Formats: sequence, C-alpha cells, structure tokens
Amino acid sequence: MSEREAALKGAVAGLILSSASALAVMLPTAAMAQEEPIRIGYIDPLSGPFANVGDAGLKQFRYLAEKMNAEGGILGRDIEIVGFDNKSSAQESLQILREAADEGIHYVTQGNGSHVAGALVDGVEKHNRRNPDNRIVFLNYAAVDPTLTNEKCSFWHFGFDANSAMKMKAITDYMADQDQIKKVFLINQDYSHGQFISQAGKDLLGEKRLDIEIVGDVLHPVGKVKDFSPYISRIKASGADTVITGNWGNDLSLLVKAGDQAGLDVDWYTYYAGGLGTPTSLGKAAAGKVKMITEWQENLAVRYEAPELRSMLEEFEQRYSGIEFYYLRVKTEMDMLKKAMEKAGSADPQAVAFALEDMSIETPFGTATMRAADHQLMQPLFMSTFGEDYLEYDSEGTGFGWKMDAEIPADETRVETSCEMKRPTRAS
Amino acid sequence: MIESVVFSLLNGVLYGMLLFMLASGLTLIFGMMGVLNFAHASFYMLGAYCAYSISQVLGFWGALVIAPIIVGLLGALIERVGLRNVHKHGHVAELLFTFGLVYVIDELVILVWGQLPVDYRIPEALDFTLFSLYGSDFPAYRGFILFMAVAMFVAIYLLLVRTRVGMIIRASLSHPDMVGALGHNVPRIFTFVFAFGTGLAGLAGVMAGNYFITEPGMAFAMGPIVFVVVVLGGLGSLGGALVASLIIGLVTTFAVGMNYSIADMLASAGIAFGQDSVLGINLSRFGPMLPYLLMVLILIFRPRGLMGSRES
Repeated sequence: MSEREAALKGAVAGLILSSASALAVMLPTAAMAQEEPIRIGYIDPLSGPFANVGDAGLKQFRYLAEKMNAEGGILGRDIEIVGFDNKSSAQESLQILREAADEGIHYVTQGNGSHVAGALVDGVEKHNRRNPDNRIVFLNYAAVDPTLTNEKCSFWHFGFDANSAMKMKAITDYMADQDQIKKVFLINQDYSHGQFISQAGKDLLGEKRLDIEIVGDVLHPVGKVKDFSPYISRIKASGADTVITGNWGNDLSLLVKAGDQAGLDVDWYTYYAGGLGTPTSLGKAAAGKVKMITEWQENLAVRYEAPELRSMLEEFEQRYSGIEFYYLRVKTEMDMLKKAMEKAGSADPQAVAFALEDMSIETPFGTATMRAADHQLMQPLFMSTFGEDYLEYDSEGTGFGWKMDAEIPADETRVETSCEMKRPTRAS
Repeated sequence: MIESVVFSLLNGVLYGMLLFMLASGLTLIFGMMGVLNFAHASFYMLGAYCAYSISQVLGFWGALVIAPIIVGLLGALIERVGLRNVHKHGHVAELLFTFGLVYVIDELVILVWGQLPVDYRIPEALDFTLFSLYGSDFPAYRGFILFMAVAMFVAIYLLLVRTRVGMIIRASLSHPDMVGALGHNVPRIFTFVFAFGTGLAGLAGVMAGNYFITEPGMAFAMGPIVFVVVVLGGLGSLGGALVASLIIGLVTTFAVGMNYSIADMLASAGIAFGQDSVLGINLSRFGPMLPYLLMVLILIFRPRGLMGSRES
C-alpha cells in the first residue's frame, strides 16, 4: 500500500469512526453487532406436499433467532437463518450443501426425513474431508433414524431429537407399567422408519412383558392408503387392546379416523400425533385414545411452570396464526449452539463441534446433555394423551389438547450406541 | 373366517363405490367428448373444499346441493373459455391443458384454504352407528355414501339412455355433424357434458372430503387410481367404470387381509423354499400394486377395457 493510499484510508476511517461513535450513543446494539452475522442454513421442504411442515419449522427457527439477536446475539454477532428448499429430496439437499458451503455457511440444520439426513451426514463428511478450511456442522432437529447416531454416526452430525430407538424404549417402558395391556397390534408404514418400529416394538415388549401378546404386525405403503377400514377390521379381529404406530401425517389421521368410525376401542401409541395439522384432522376421533411420546407439548409449560416458554409460545402463535410452537428441541439446539460458541470463543465449526460434546443445558424440564459418544441429545421425554382434559392450551383450535401422563427422565431414555466416532485431530 | 370375508366385502364395496363416484364423471367426459381430463381429481378436491366453506354457513345439506353446482359451473367456464379453444389443436394439446390445470387448481386451493387440512366434519345427523356386525360398527355415513353412489349410477344411466337429452348427447358423440345439422348446438352440449362430469367429481368430493381428510394433497392421492378404474372398465363405459371400481375396491381390500406369503403357501404344500427371498414377503404388502398391475395386464390383453367400445 502506498503512503498516499494509507493516508487516504486513515482519513476515511477517521470519518467513519467519528460518525460511528456518534451513532453508537444512540444505537448501542447495532454497533455491537456490526460484524457479519452467523448464518445457519435451514434445509427442508419449502414447496411440495410437505411445504407446510418445512415452513412451520423455518418460522420457528427465525423467531428464535430474532429473540436471540434482540438479546445481543452470539459473541456479539447476529444469527441469520437462511432458508433453502430441498423439496424433500436427498439429491437436492446435497446440491444445497455445496451451495451453502460456497456462500460461506458453516452450520446447516435439517429435520424432515431420515433419508435426507442420511445423505447430508455423508455429504458433510465428504465435504469436510476435502475442505478442511471450510467445514460444516450438521444440526439435525428432527430426523430420528437410529443409524444416524450408530452405524452412520459422524463427528459433524448432532441429533437433537430422541432417536426412534429411544422413543420406542420410552413407549415400551411406559406400556410395561400398564397392567391392562394384554394384546398389542403394530401397524406401520412400509419403509425404514416403520420397519424399525415394528421390529423394535416386538423385541422390546418381548423383553419387558412376557405376558403381552403381539397379535398383529402390519406394514402398509406410505401415503397410498385412502381407506384404512380393511386394516381396522384386522386389528378388530385380532382382539388387540393397544396399537403402536409410527405413522405420521395423513397415514396417521386416516388410520385413527377409520378406527373411530368402526367403533374400535383401543389405545393408540404414536410418535407423531402432535404433528402439524394432525390434531385438526384427528379431532374428536382421537380424544382420550391417542397417546404420543415427545420431548415437548405446550401444556408442559403450564405443568412445569415455565413462564418464559409460555410467553414465547403465546407470542409465536399470535404472530403466526394456524401454526404452533411445535419443537422445544429447536430452542434447545439454538441455546446449545450459543453456549458452545461462547465456550469455544469463536464460531469456528471444529471448535464448536468439540465444545458441543458432553455439553449440558438446563431446560425447564431438566437437564439436556449431548452425549459425546454418538452426538445424541439425552433429554426428558413425555407420554401425553389427546383429549378434552388438558391444562390450558388446546391444539390448533380444536378444543382438544395434550395432557401429560408420565415423564421419562433423560437417563431412562438411554440406549447403547454402536458408534465409533472418528474425531479430527484437535488443533491447539 | 366368514367374519373377515364379510368385512372385506363391505369395505371393498364401499371403497369401490367411492371410486365409482369419481370415475363416472371422468369416463363420461371421455366417452362423450374424447377428452382425457387429468384435472378430474382436482375438481373432486374443489368439491370437498367448497363443501367445507359452504357447510360453515349452510350446514352439510346445503353444501351437498350447492358445492357440486359451483364446481360444475366452474367446469363449464373452463370448458367454454379454455378447453374449447384448445380442442382445435388436437388431443395432445387437450391433455397438456388439463395437466396444467391440475397444478393451477392445486396452487389456488393452497392460496385460498392454506396448506393445512381443514376441519370438514361429517354432519351430526349422520354421525351414528347404522348397525353392528361381529362387534364392529358400521357408521351411517358409509351407508349414505353407498346410497348416493347407487343413486348416482341409476340417475346417470337413466339420463343417458331414457331421456331425449341423453339421446342427443350420445348422438353428438358419434355423429356430431348430423346432430349439428339437425339444429342442435353441439359445442354447447359438450360444455354441458363437461360441467356435468366435473359436477359429479365435485359431488364425490363433498361426500368423501369429510369421510377422509380434506387437504391439498387429496387430488394427487386420488388421481392415479381413478385413471386405473376408467382404463380397466373401458374408456367411456359407465357400466365398465362401475364394474372396475368394484373389482379394484374388492381386490385391494381382500389383499390387505391376506396374512401369508407365497413361501408360506409352498411350505404348507410341503416345499420349504424362498422364505427369505421376495416370495417370503407378506402378500398384503403387494395389495396396493394390484390395481396398477391389473391396468397393465388389461392394456396388453384387452386394450379397450372390460366393457369399452373404443379402441384407444
């Protein structure tokens, strides 16, 4: 740089500084956050049949980022959520991963579909090997395939929802205590998710309650069955008193509705009855009969007296009518990311990934810990029942809401992992 | 055993009749106009959504009357403004036109009613148990669907075969020039047929929207299977559509009930073979594929369908 240029720059910088200091008096936060924002790429369907689910998730991430920014962001930097539409496709998601990396995004988050999550884990591994200077961390907020934290586990992947094996363990633990359960029927969607639940359900129930009889185990095609009556007839004929299903969306609503219409009197143990739009289509068909295992439902904020969560969910719902505060784990994810960055003292992906290992944070329901061995979050889970008998918040304006039946402490959701984590050498 | 057969029969006939309600309009439009209407299931969805909105104000019975009329009028408008002009450019253009229409209607529905399912309920007057059989309830609404489907078949059949209007419609199909020369307005007859066909789809939507779920994916879910029914029954044949609907309804329902595999059957015959191969897969999992398999087979061995008259 020549002397003249340097002098010129100095003058310009002085000018900017003086005006900036004048501004800083009026806008302290703006001056603090003048560094580039920390960007998180949100990769989920924003068009097509699952656009509504992807859109609700994006809104929740954006809302929480906004809250965080209002309180000074992370390390003085703002958080920015960049939405990418993957159209539910794994191929598309890998394309987006490249795009995000080119734009200098070091954190991506995704949740809808384990097939996408699996592809992203592979993609991120490959990318980080080839680009050690431009690494990416994958924060998974909803994909629950157990392989993601077992065979396929990766140092760069963090799972914030209890995986399917943990949920099934929690469900069967709860069922083992219900003496009235004698005959169980399993009905699931015919792909990896449903097949896993069918197998794990049979195995775990066999271990815990020898007297429970598995009276049926059916797989049906995903999203293709319009009329579930024939399946209901089979459940009825089997004499089951309890049904376990990992179905989601219309496959769940249609199933439960068909059961209600045929006068089938069973308890439904589900994963996803609280999902977006499902309470609306279930309505009174589900009242008193449908249970779900989740890390969160809105009435827990009342039960556990969490005023911060209550004001948050109320504000969120006021702003976006028609959708609800579906994921506590999105908040956990953002809070943990913040804590990890502050602990690492930077937003460097590798340092943050190391900081996340074994990290704990307090939620109103207890401690959540990121297990180092497989990067699976351990958090309390809850069994809840849909019905008129809820504390305060109904679901999607239906007049029915979730009532907690039991808490399963984080420790009791623990499932062993086969993960052999390969960690990068730590640069000191 | 008898129990499960009876239930499978009941369920199969009901599902078949629901399919028929949809397929009748499609086959009518094709039979009378030669237009293969890809957007047919979209009109079915419109029927359900219109019924939802109308039932908020006038209740279910008002919706049952008005929603199909609205959908029919919309169909007439689309035929008059769009399809009639496209018609000049041949069948491919028509196909593409209705194909585009599917997406236009899909997006419109999302814009107006949103992405989420709407709370369209079965009317309280029909929300009771008609009878119980072997401990299973048969809801009154299912009975109502069956009744409406049968009434629909009889009405359409009488309209086409026994009335002057039906005669003119059938004549315009085979001899449009002659009918025109006799002073009838053939294009207007086509508009009427299209409106009638889409109106029937709308009626099916009104009936099925609350029995299933009224949501933006419902057209997409129903579209392919309706085509299978129409192809199987024979394009343009009302009776064929009825038979094909029932066949598909029964086949899918009975397949679900089959709780054994081909390997199991071999095993019971004393041959232990293929338990781990594709033969070991439970037959019920093949059920959803059967309608499409039937369509492929019928296209190979009897291209005009079970009762169709056209070779196409």
